[in-house]
Amino acid sequence: MTTRIVELRRGILKKNDELAAGLRERYAAGGVLVLNLVSSPGTGKTAFLERTLRELRERGSKVAALVGDLETDNDARRLAASGAPVRQINTHGICHLDAEMISKHLDGWELANLDYLFIENVGNLVCPSSYDLGEKIRVALLSVTEGEDKPLKYPTLFNSADAAVITKMDIAEPCGFDRELALKNINEIRPGIRIFETSAKTGSGMQEWLGYLSEARVQKG
Amino acid sequence: MHELSIVSSVVETVQESLANYPGARVVEVRLKVGALASVVVDSLEFCWGIATEDTPLVGSRLVVVTVPVVMHCADCDADVEIESVQSFRCPLCDEPCGDLRQGRELDIESFEIEEADEAETAAKSEIGVKA
Repeated sequence: MTTRIVELRRGILKKNDELAAGLRERYAAGGVLVLNLVSSPGTGKTAFLERTLRELRERGSKVAALVGDLETDNDARRLAASGAPVRQINTHGICHLDAEMISKHLDGWELANLDYLFIENVGNLVCPSSYDLGEKIRVALLSVTEGEDKPLKYPTLFNSADAAVITKMDIAEPCGFDRELALKNINEIRPGIRIFETSAKTGSGMQEWLGYLSEARVQKG
Repeated sequence: MHELSIVSSVVETVQESLANYPGARVVEVRLKVGALASVVVDSLEFCWGIATEDTPLVGSRLVVVTVPVVMHCADCDADVEIESVQSFRCPLCDEPCGDLRQGRELDIESFEIEEADEAETAAKSEIGVKA
C-alpha cells in the first residue's frame, strides 16, 4: 500500500462563487444595482422593502425584487402591491438563497430595463452570509426589538455587510432601545459601515437611505 | 444549519478528483475553515458520516483546521490577528480596522488516499484471471 496526499486547495462553495461571478457580470452589463437584504425573521425586511420600492417608483426609478422564504408567496404579494415586478423564491427548507436560485428566477427579466434589483434573503442571520449572490451591496438589518447585541452575536453576517439598517425606529423608545450601544456594537464588528436608522411606518430615515442608493448607483461602474 | 450541504459538496468534489486514482481508498479529508466562515465545526463532523455513506469516502476522517481572523491595520501598517470576533480592533493600537485579510476561508485543502502498489495490483489481477 502507498499513501498519497492529493492537494486540492479549492473553495468548497466554488460552484456558487463562480455562478455569483457570472451574475455580477450580468448585473453590471445591465446597469442594475443589486442589493441583498439579510436579517432575522421578523426584523421587518418586507415592510422596509415595500416602502423602498414604493418611494423609488415615485421618483421614477425602475425597480424589481426577488424574495426568498421557505414557504408561501405572502411576501411577494405584499411587495407586488408597490407595482414593481416581484418574484417569490421558495427554498422548501433550505435556510439561504444561493446564486443558482437567483439565476433561475431572473429568467425572462430584462436587466437593462432595471435601475435597482433587491433580493430579500430568507430570514436567517447565519447561513446567508456564506452565499454570494453577485450583489453589489449586502445590507444587514436589525430591528429595535431584537437587542443591541445582535451584531456581537452574529458577527459573521454583520462583518460581511456593506451597509446596516436599523428598522422600527418609531417604537425604539417604548422598547427601551439603547441607540448608542447598538451603533457602537455595529461599529465594533464592522468599523466605519454606513448605518441607516429607519421606520417603514413613519418614513423616518428613508431619505438618507434613498440618497445612499442613488449615490451607489452612480458609483456602480 | 447549512453544514450538511457544505459537507455534501466536499464529498462531491473529492469524488470527482478521485476519478484520477482508480481503486484508491480515502483515509482523510482536510478542510480549512476561517473563524468568520459561519460554519460549526462540530456540525461538519457530525454530517460527515451521513454524507459519506454509500460513497468511496465512507469510513474516512474529516480534519478541520480553523484559521483565525487577520486584519490589516492601516495605522500600524501591519497584518494583525484578531483574537475575538466580538471586536475588530487592532491588538497593537486598539484602533478599529475593517480590512479583512483572512478568516472567511471555506476550503478543501487536501485529501489522503491509500493506493494499492503496482505489484499488488498486478498480483490481484492475475488471481482474477485464474479465477
